[in-house]
Amino acid sequence: MESTGLRVALRIWVALVLLFLFVPIAAIILYAFNKSTIESWPIGGFTGHWFSVAWHDSQVREALWLSVRVGLFATGLALVLGSMVAYALHQFRFYGRDGISLLLVLPIALPGIITGIALNSFFSFTGIQFGTLTVVAGHATFCIVVVFNNLIARLRRVPGSLAEASMDLGARGWQTLRFVTIPLAATALVSGALLAFALSFDEVIVTVFTAGAQNTLPLWIFGAIRLGQQLPEVNVVVTIVIALTLIPVILAARIAGSGAVTR
Amino acid sequence: MIEVPTPEQPAAAGSQGSQQAPAVYVAGLRKSYGDVTALNGVELAVAPGEFFTLLGPSGSGKTTLLRLIAGFERPDAGTIELTGADVTGTPPYARDVNTVFQDYALFPHMTVAENIEYGLRVKRVPKQQRKQQVARALDMVRLPGLGARKPSQLSGGQRQRVALARAIVNRPQVLLLDEPLGALDLKLRQEMQLELLRVQREVGITFIYVTHDQEEALTMSDRIAVMSNGGIEQIATPVEVYEHPRTPFVAGFIGVSNLIERDGDQITVRPEKITLLTEHDQAPADTHVEGGQVTDVIYVGVLTRYVVALDAGGELVVSRQNAGHSGATVTRGNQVRVAWRAAQAFTIPR
Ligand SMILES: Nc1ncnc2c1ncn2[C@@H]1O[C@H](COP(=O)(O)OP(=O)(O)OP(=O)(O)O)[C@@H](O)[C@H]1O
Ligand SMILES: [Mg+2]
Repeated sequence: MESTGLRVALRIWVALVLLFLFVPIAAIILYAFNKSTIESWPIGGFTGHWFSVAWHDSQVREALWLSVRVGLFATGLALVLGSMVAYALHQFRFYGRDGISLLLVLPIALPGIITGIALNSFFSFTGIQFGTLTVVAGHATFCIVVVFNNLIARLRRVPGSLAEASMDLGARGWQTLRFVTIPLAATALVSGALLAFALSFDEVIVTVFTAGAQNTLPLWIFGAIRLGQQLPEVNVVVTIVIALTLIPVILAARIAGSGAVTR
Repeated sequence: MIEVPTPEQPAAAGSQGSQQAPAVYVAGLRKSYGDVTALNGVELAVAPGEFFTLLGPSGSGKTTLLRLIAGFERPDAGTIELTGADVTGTPPYARDVNTVFQDYALFPHMTVAENIEYGLRVKRVPKQQRKQQVARALDMVRLPGLGARKPSQLSGGQRQRVALARAIVNRPQVLLLDEPLGALDLKLRQEMQLELLRVQREVGITFIYVTHDQEEALTMSDRIAVMSNGGIEQIATPVEVYEHPRTPFVAGFIGVSNLIERDGDQITVRPEKITLLTEHDQAPADTHVEGGQVTDVIYVGVLTRYVVALDAGGELVVSRQNAGHSGATVTRGNQVRVAWRAAQAFTIPR
């Protein structure tokens, strides 16, 4: 048993770490309701005014809409490609299988700036117009990894005898996929998609290198902070982004936790 | 729709006439994994309705043989026939064979009823009919009313029964069981052995049963194939395998080994066929008698086993019922004689 002193010390330590992580976030949320445009302490009273300003700001709206669209497209693309690759790599044994597995996961290990520069020069070189599509392609590089990783981890945990049992009972390949493999992997797919969306939604670096004239929400925030204007609006927008990012992450964690394959 | 209580297989099997093809026939079956030879030219024929057991030590190729018959893997060479039809290249879903897996392989996301229904569902049997057959299968394995549970809410023995029900509800020609009782404790195991035998008689399906438990094989089977190193050592009835082992391996694997060498021949005598004599006992007539010394006495309840080191070389285990026999107490170190009738000793063919 540890002493009471140590216990108290540990608790304080944990509290400090949590404060370190969450005070900045809390501050932003607090300042989003600040009446004054100057970020001083204590704040000059509560107001929902900046929410209304942000809502009616067409730049913010467009940026938000673009971010949502990019997130949905990138996630959709990742779901299709990532799950097909995961299924193929899991199901079939062939030469170079492990190599492909590694190549797929590499983009998430690479610094975003490398992915960004690489895509940027690729698009410039091939003369592809920078725009929504290029951003989607950029985001898809890491969204695929998230979906792939989630799914293949699940597929590896599902005992191989289940697919065999299904075939043994008369199911064709597609029936096995539909009645056994997909239902068992569904929660992993959902949590992978949610994580992918969350990653796409707040991605800055890859976006900077792949976006055209348009701004995604993070890019708009970045610009606004650099110019030092519209700070109250930035706080509002960041608060919304926090909410939008947190919800899928929490959902994903929940689903991944409860959807474990049990026997 | 006309309601047919039992699907057509049994009738079809019966109408094939007296010259019935074996339910399962394999010949020249070979399978290697890399440089490991799992099966080395196996041939066997299983009669319809037979309870056929594959018995052998770990790694002898039992599971491999079962997986080849089920169709999960292709043989490197050889043929597999089901009721006379060559199915060597047929995928598992097109073979009229079902498997009870050692780990049960129940679908965790389906209820017990959905699990059992699965085979009928993928074959598009009408829902009404499915419900009835599932209920009947649940009754047969004595789990009525558990259809709504998930497999995770069942005990090991119950899961085993569900796995059995899921297989037999399809009325396959052949049921393959890979150590289905391996995960159960001794008591439940014995209970399930009886249960399996009852179900097999009730449905009349050919069973191919894998075990490495020789007692289980002896008590349950019509015939046993003893396997070792990817080959078959002997195929015979339990009595035959026990009393007339064809190879030293079979003699050693079934029952207590009791192998001695006399005049260049390998001889085996079962422990219970040997009479233990102390110095004053009269040897029974027409017996072969040898002297030796007791090196170990093992009390196992209904009987006691004596390990006797023979003067002429070798060692024999002798077992004696503890049913108030008249013989004197024999302890370790005692000088004794052992006697057996020539007919009880078996010379193993070279
Ligand atoms: N997928 C595989 N890859 C490589 N080797 C294998 C594979 N399956 C089986 N083997 C090998 O083939 C041999 C026979 O294996 P098999 O599983 O048929 O034995 P078994 O009689 O069922 O043993 P047990 O009683 O332990 O289940 C073993 O040497 C095993 O290591
Ligand atoms: Mg095995």
